[in-house]
Amino acid sequence: MSENPIPNVFSKDATRKPWFSNWSEKWAAMPRQKQWLYMIIIVVAAYLLPVINPPILSTEPGNDFPLALFTMAVYALVAVGLNVVIGYAGLLDLGYIAFFAVGSYTAAMLTSPDSPFFKVPYLWTIPLAVVVAMIVGVILGIPTLRLRGDYLAIVTLGFGEIIRILATLIPAMKGQVGFQNVGRPPGVGADGIPLFANSNGTPWYWLTLTILIIVMLLAGNLERSRVGRSWIAIREDEDAAETMGVPTFKYKVWAFAIGAGVGGMSGALFAGQVGFVNNQKFDVVTSILFVAAVVLGGVGNKVGAVFGGALVAYIPLRFTAIAEFKYLIFGFALVLIMIYRSQGLIPAKHRLLAYGQSAYAKVRAGTQKKPAPAAEKEA
Amino acid sequence: MISTLLTAVPTDSDWINFDVPTLINTFWSTTFDGLTFGAIYALVALGYTLVYGVLNLINFAHSEVFIMGCYAVFFTLSFLGFGPSAPNLGFGQILLNLLLALLAAIVASAVTAFLVERLAYRPLRKRNAPRLVYLITAIGASFVIQYLIFWQRGPLPEPALTMFLPTPIFEVFGTIIDSQQIIIVVAAVIMMVFVDQFIRRSRTGRGIRAVAQDPDTATLMGVNKEKIIITTFIIGGILAGAAALFYVMKIPSGVQYNGGFILGIKAFAAAVLGGIGNVRGALLGGLLLGLIGNYGQILLGSSQWTDVVAFVVLVLVLLVRPQGILGTSLGRSKA
Repeated sequence: MSENPIPNVFSKDATRKPWFSNWSEKWAAMPRQKQWLYMIIIVVAAYLLPVINPPILSTEPGNDFPLALFTMAVYALVAVGLNVVIGYAGLLDLGYIAFFAVGSYTAAMLTSPDSPFFKVPYLWTIPLAVVVAMIVGVILGIPTLRLRGDYLAIVTLGFGEIIRILATLIPAMKGQVGFQNVGRPPGVGADGIPLFANSNGTPWYWLTLTILIIVMLLAGNLERSRVGRSWIAIREDEDAAETMGVPTFKYKVWAFAIGAGVGGMSGALFAGQVGFVNNQKFDVVTSILFVAAVVLGGVGNKVGAVFGGALVAYIPLRFTAIAEFKYLIFGFALVLIMIYRSQGLIPAKHRLLAYGQSAYAKVRAGTQKKPAPAAEKEA
Repeated sequence: MISTLLTAVPTDSDWINFDVPTLINTFWSTTFDGLTFGAIYALVALGYTLVYGVLNLINFAHSEVFIMGCYAVFFTLSFLGFGPSAPNLGFGQILLNLLLALLAAIVASAVTAFLVERLAYRPLRKRNAPRLVYLITAIGASFVIQYLIFWQRGPLPEPALTMFLPTPIFEVFGTIIDSQQIIIVVAAVIMMVFVDQFIRRSRTGRGIRAVAQDPDTATLMGVNKEKIIITTFIIGGILAGAAALFYVMKIPSGVQYNGGFILGIKAFAAAVLGGIGNVRGALLGGLLLGLIGNYGQILLGSSQWTDVVAFVVLVLVLLVRPQGILGTSLGRSKA
């Protein structure tokens, strides 16, 4: 019993020991300097991956490894953003691909020569994509977030499909023809080929990884702030949070908008690398894969989200024999994880108090004496 | 800057066209067609509403329960020798074949609903899982069924089957109403009235209403909650099976692995429009959504607009009147 994290929405059955609990225990016990050292080693290794191209990890022939790494990094970024919505605030967003699409179209319509709009340099489209996606998120969130979470799930699911239909129906979005030659960051290599060429995965991977690390740091800060505590309070019990004075609606809209913003950002990166955006690239199925990534990694844990996102992108590229069945596999994974191990592969540590590890340890010591609280009755 | 922006933004006509004359010319045929679609939405919506009333859960897998019924119709009819062109059969024979297909669809859908409940939701109920876990499981279950079908049948729609050629029956407002429309609307309304009366009058119906109001108290009063939940899922499945037959009748080429998905969202929108948890609301919401979607489609010029219109209706209803037109009556209204 003692190894278990404080029970939360996703790990109520505290009798089960998480798979990687030893690691997280050891990690929590390490001094801060040692944690930093390990983190730096991991980050450096992550940056070096496309250069080393390790033989066992590397993808099968036909799938370029640096490009695969870029895809993994984009999925990881998406999972971190979606984790803010699902993991922290407990809102189920099933149409996350819609924000990804909004970001992609923002980048494409502002840089591609095919678009009649005014043009901006590519790197500017990344913050613009965040803003546009956040605005769309707020527009969708305001009618639905006042209600119970179920409505959000179905509205986002619908929106994920509608965005594709709209891209087909609205002539300015060019349907299947799409936008060619989406812009890329500046810089030309020694041989005259642009540094960020579509086929050159390594610089794209480094750019995305850098953004991913920044977003993770920001998400970590948010998690430990007043906002993060409010989200967790809302996720655990919305009525209680409201009673304790948390403006639940406001913070739910914030969580949804921030998640949408990160989705838009990953969409802009994706559009830049692929260089071509049309309506075929955004289906709701991919949205469910994103949810599977978050759930697989461990809901509410940003490291888990990165791991889950990278894994969901990696498996079909590494094992091409099963790539055809990826939806089936991850669909089953979704159901089985929810039934048997709802905390995911890397369960979230819940530092609700956010006053550093010492306070956390004290709370943990306190909860160990008491029996685990009985699973609360469904409201 | 602003002037360049204005010239750069495409003009209105590039975005959306409003084709009012066509809508006025075809108003009545659009209306009757919309009612036909609406009846199908209503049957599927009832499945959402019943499960939502009892479990307070959006059963995302209900769209797959419906599509399994469509596949059952397809397989039964192709086994019976139906093809792309309408067979030259007598009235009795057509009726017999349709009844067989209906039976197959009902069995397939009810069995799917039963399995989903047993394999996905029941283990969660046992461990008293929170709502979010239910929703993720529901979408996972829907996903699994969709891709099991995809794995077996591939991405393309099944070849079209024509059950019979719609024959004109009578004329209203200068528009011919054909046998197909009559069959679908009348059969759907009869089934829904039957379900409504079943829930209002029968012993099981009383149990369903009791569980919807308060599952714990209902259990204390001697209602077998598990049995009621299973029954609810199966009733939803039966209605989805019937809807599947009418759907294949109306759109012969609509049998596809993900064909239930958009219809499911529309049906849910219909349920919310009428008031989720309300049986009569599902009928009203379904018919209204069918009409609105069809008018929107004619007005805006492409059949895909029906999906967009349905979605916008859902969002507007949630914004203005989240409890729906008739409000909730079967379940608890907690919005």
